Formats: sequence, C-alpha cells, structure tokens
Amino acid sequence: MSLLRDFKNGLWNEHPIFRLLLGMCPLLAVTTTAVYGLAMGLATLFVVVCAEIVISLIRNLIPKKVRIPSFIIIIATFVTIVDYTMAAFLPDIAEALSIFIPLIVTNCLIMARVEAFASKVPVKRAIADALGQGVGFTWGLVLLAAVRELLGQGAIFGVQVLGEGFPTWGIMGLPAGAFISLGIILAVINQIIRFKHNRTKEVS
Amino acid sequence: MENLLLLFAGTVLINNFVLARFLGVCPYLGVSRQVDTAFGMGLATTFVMVIASVFTYLIYHLLLIPFGLEYLQIVAFILVISSLVQVVELFMQKMSPSLYRALGIFLPLITTNCAIMGLALLIIQEGYQFLEALVFALGAGVGFTLAIVLIAGIREQLDIADIPYALRGGAITLIIAGLMALAFSGLAGVV
Repeated sequence: MSLLRDFKNGLWNEHPIFRLLLGMCPLLAVTTTAVYGLAMGLATLFVVVCAEIVISLIRNLIPKKVRIPSFIIIIATFVTIVDYTMAAFLPDIAEALSIFIPLIVTNCLIMARVEAFASKVPVKRAIADALGQGVGFTWGLVLLAAVRELLGQGAIFGVQVLGEGFPTWGIMGLPAGAFISLGIILAVINQIIRFKHNRTKEVS
Repeated sequence: MENLLLLFAGTVLINNFVLARFLGVCPYLGVSRQVDTAFGMGLATTFVMVIASVFTYLIYHLLLIPFGLEYLQIVAFILVISSLVQVVELFMQKMSPSLYRALGIFLPLITTNCAIMGLALLIIQEGYQFLEALVFALGAGVGFTLAIVLIAGIREQLDIADIPYALRGGAITLIIAGLMALAFSGLAGVV
C-alpha cells in the first residue's frame, strides 16, 4: 500500500516539475519535439532508478560526512553509462540532446530524491519512489514537448496532425517559447489544484 | 584579440547561458527574489566558472587525454567542480571574510548549478584553446549575472503588483523569462 503511495507521489502530489520546480534546465532545453522529450525523460528515469537502488542498498555504509560526494560519484557513473549507450545505439537523438545527457548528473531532481529519500529508506520504497519521480518527470517533459511541437511544427511525435494550412508558430522553437509555454502550463495546473482544493473544502 | 572580444560579447548577449542555452535555470528562478542576493549569486557563479574552466581544461588535456581516459570525463569534472567549490569556500573564509559573508550560502549551491558543468563540457565540445576557454568562461559568468540581476529587478516590482492567483510564483517568473529571452534573441544581429 505504502509502496503504491510512494510511486503515485511522484506522478502528481510531489511532481518534480510542476510542484517542486526541479530539473528545469533539461526540461526547457530539449523539449522542441516530443521524441526528444521522451528520450530525455527515459534517460533520467534510468539514472534516478539505478542511483536510488544503489544508494538505498549502501546507505548504512556511507559515513554521513562524505555522503554528498559519494552520491555524486554514483550518479555520475550511471550518467556515463547512459551517455555512452545512447551515443552507440541512438546517435541521432544523442546528437540532438548533446551536452544535456552528461548534464543529467547535475539535475537537482536526482540529488534531491537521493538525499531526501533513498538515503533513508529500504530499497523497495526507494525503487517505488524513483519510478514515480522518473515517470512523473517523463510525462512532464512529453507534455511540454508535445505542446511546443504541435504549435511550432503542427505535428506530434513527428506525425503531421494539424494539416498543411496551419500557420506554425516560430516562437515555439525558440528559447522564449519554452519559457512562456511552461509558464502557462504551470498556471493551468495551479488553477486545477485550486479548483480541487476549493471543492473539497465545500464538501467538508 | 578581436576574436576574443567577439567571443566575449557573443557569450554575454547572444548565446546567453540562461536565456539561450538553458544552463543555470534553477538558480535563475530560485535565487532571483532580490537584486542584492541575485548579484551575489552572479558574482559567486562567475568566480567559480572561471576557476573551474581552468582546472577542467587542464585536467582534460594533461590527464585524461594522455592516459586515454576520456570516458571518465563526467565523473572527473563533477568531482573537480564540487571539490573546487569546497576549496574556494575555505579559502574565502580565511582570506576575505567580508566577501565570504556576502556570498554565504550561495557557494555550496553552485555545485549543482548545471551552468558550471555545462561550461566545462562546452569548452571541450567546441575545442577552445586555453585563452578562448578563459574568455568564454568569463563571458558565461557575466551573462549569467546580467540575466539574474535583470529578472530580480523585475520581480521586486512584481511583489507589489496584483497578479492573478494561478500565475503567482513560478508561472509569472517563467513568462517574464520568456519575454526576456525574446528581447535577447533580438540582439542576434548586432555582433
């Protein structure tokens, strides 16, 4: 029961992007098309799951004073694995994401979950939490990327959906489009939460 | 010399680290409530950027390449940066307590600032020479300071404005950042 709750936490209540505002750099940089968003999300998912498993397993062996450097080395190792694997099997995507794959190492989402969660709980709960956060981060990336791709190129996942006549919004491909569309998505989500909150208050 | 000047101006204004490359967005959104603290954060970041670029450059070219250890790049860089931040912190505490107090909590935060790591990786990727790398790092730091101080100035004014509930906090900051990015992209033709 509590495992399921740990998993679901990352999907909405403690959503890394929309509630905690973590991992902004890759989120804004790679979301020009939905495919890149998905690839980035899955790469991060892999790193956060592996790092949380290893750190949860050795949490009692690491002296408290050197825990941050130890976490960093563990995270960096998995990031190197992802970096080389993607360069070998998905060269096009690796090229497009360029330095943002190695930069997963400084993604504050991973450090935050490892420090606040994995270093304190048994491995089962760490896995549930990592999967929840990873999937939550991925759907956030894909949502923003899909909005930008739809308005910027009239397509989703590379498939043309809005027809030839659609005037594409050039701004969506620029950095400005990334900031503004994320700001609007954030505002919509705030409004949904407020609406739900008010309703539960009225019922009670 | 002219090349270096162009590189500097281009890094500050056109390929601004925050607004065009999306590096260092976390502190940009997180530590930009007041102009004073934003300026402190900018200075600390610039300082660490310049030192980190020198060290990562030397380690990559004198240690990793001769021994064929390029695959350790990510691990080596992140270790260098985090230990460098610690050393700078200790050094400042001894040598210049006033500067240390001014920068205070920002120094440890810089380790997870992806602008530093991104800078180190970009220098290798673009194949810059030593002097170019130094200028690039300085430009990156100045560009970051410029962006964060500008948005802090706007956010100070926003505190007294009546913003719709849903836009408060992160949302309005992101939209302003978007408008700033748009303004900066207008400078693309200048240099």
